[in-house]
Amino acid sequence: MTAMIPAGEYHATYREDMTIFPTRNSRYALWIGIALLCLAPLALGRYELGLLITIGFTGIAALGLNILVGFTGQISIGHAAFFGFGAFASAWLHEYAHIPVALCIPLAGLMTTAVGMIFGLPAARLKGLYLAIATLAAQFILEDFFARAQWFTGGVAGRITEPFTLFGWVADREESYFYVVLAYVIVMFVAAANLMRTRDGRALVAVRDHYLSAEMMGINLAYYRTLSFGIASFYAGIGGALYAHYLLFVSVEAFNILYSIQFLGMVIIGGLGSVMGSLMGAAFMVLLPEVVQAGADALAGGAVDRALKIGANISFLREMAIGATIILFLIFEPDGLARRWRLIKAYWKLYPYSH
Amino acid sequence: MQEARPLLEAIGVSLRFGGVRALTDVSFQVRQGEIFSIIGPNGAGKTSMVNCISGRYRPTEGQIRFEGQDITRLRPNRRAAIGIGRTFQNLALFGHMTVLDNIMVGRHHLLRKGFLPGMIYWLGGAQREEIAHRREVEEIIDFLEIQHVRKAVAGQLSYGLRKRVELARAVALKPKLILLDEPMAGMNLEEKEDMARYILDLNEEWGMTVLMIEHDMGVVMDISHRVMVLDFGRKIAEGAPEAVLADEHVKRAYLGEATEASQDTAEPETVA
Repeated sequence: MTAMIPAGEYHATYREDMTIFPTRNSRYALWIGIALLCLAPLALGRYELGLLITIGFTGIAALGLNILVGFTGQISIGHAAFFGFGAFASAWLHEYAHIPVALCIPLAGLMTTAVGMIFGLPAARLKGLYLAIATLAAQFILEDFFARAQWFTGGVAGRITEPFTLFGWVADREESYFYVVLAYVIVMFVAAANLMRTRDGRALVAVRDHYLSAEMMGINLAYYRTLSFGIASFYAGIGGALYAHYLLFVSVEAFNILYSIQFLGMVIIGGLGSVMGSLMGAAFMVLLPEVVQAGADALAGGAVDRALKIGANISFLREMAIGATIILFLIFEPDGLARRWRLIKAYWKLYPYSH
Repeated sequence: MQEARPLLEAIGVSLRFGGVRALTDVSFQVRQGEIFSIIGPNGAGKTSMVNCISGRYRPTEGQIRFEGQDITRLRPNRRAAIGIGRTFQNLALFGHMTVLDNIMVGRHHLLRKGFLPGMIYWLGGAQREEIAHRREVEEIIDFLEIQHVRKAVAGQLSYGLRKRVELARAVALKPKLILLDEPMAGMNLEEKEDMARYILDLNEEWGMTVLMIEHDMGVVMDISHRVMVLDFGRKIAEGAPEAVLADEHVKRAYLGEATEASQDTAEPETVA
């Protein structure tokens, strides 16, 4: 019910009572965590860093979707298309306007916001299933646009992108690009956490929880539903742009509806309406196929592998694992990893006197 | 009190849903600084009237004026800013938010920092604004005695507490006129007494004009300055509580025929 604050923690001012991380230990953990991540490129290999980078940019996009779905109670099954638009926009801005990549990423975010707001206008009036279909249309329209707008996307051939540079520092390898993504993750997540504890963030949640009384509190429903779409698109655009300058190649096929569904899966698995949950969900979704792959590798050559032909069907197995996980989470942990994490923390706070 | 100018005026308000006449030609005035109650049997149109004032419904005919300004067609979300706040008959809190956040939503139209300054919290002045408003919200929390649950999730509170939180949220709007739709429904005697005290304090110390729908006649008679009675969407009486209660029409509509009433009370004994 009430958040548990350990003994000895006193919030003597409103300022102290309104922090994102309420206890001293949680703040220590945060700084230690960031310090460890900063040292990660020294200790981890390229493969592991690549996974962390992927978790980073997917996490940013998932956070955007969580603001829309989890906090505002809207729905979107076109998130991957906005993610893709951000990726193409950043590549295009660099190639045609010759803007440095460091600037292209935020600009691509803004361009995606503009596109998202156009598709989000129906969101001001639609809800539930109707909005789902409207965003599904956005997914297909944008996919079609990617395939046909040669000038923007390079068509079916795709588009080569340039690595991130800043004052002569080139982030063209995992070891260096990791810091770019880390910086974006911190900034975007802090911004979202701040948003949720101020006026407009509360208004979004109010619209979700009880839109009639929200309106009576002076909240303009159409404005906040559209705003939520805009913010979600911005996060998707930033995530997409970071993706583009990581892979250094963007092609149309990546941003299909399956990827949109995966984003929804991340938000559900991580926890609807939880900022940190978005990152947990993204991590889960990125690591799950790796775990399935590792499992298949471990079984390779054995009797099970020969009987079930795991090696030949690994790509199907990965997709099935994703589907099965979403279903299992909906049944057993509908509030996601974020709630499980809170329960674990509460357990250790009370340990060993939990009764 | 008697000569105060009208804060709210309803002029010939009618409301129809298809063939159903929810309100028929209702006119009344709520004066600055009074506690004005609307009473009437179930389905008399009391909540419909309040919904017309708060903008949830738009009257089919007639006009609603607030501080002399015609607000009949004003959008509901604009009415918080001109000074109308309300609570709901069936609780309408933001169930997943904390009590504190619920009340802070009430400050929405008074806060100036939107999503951009909000995201950079420390730099754009959003933190300063939040702290300033938190201070005022804490006064409301103290007044309504809900300090112990301020960090609790609103949807998990008891019914009586939720009613109080909803009142706190409406008070946070700093309204000139506060509309209370059955503030005491479902409460026990002690909670009712507390609520009556809060309403009186809001009126006398916080200077709010109160328009209230309430079924508990004891409370209505005790704290209202004036009472209006609705029956089948029509106004059948208005005036001081004692005068209204003595009115023959009211007795017939609200309490039943005098002879009928005595029979009703006699009935259980014969059954037993």
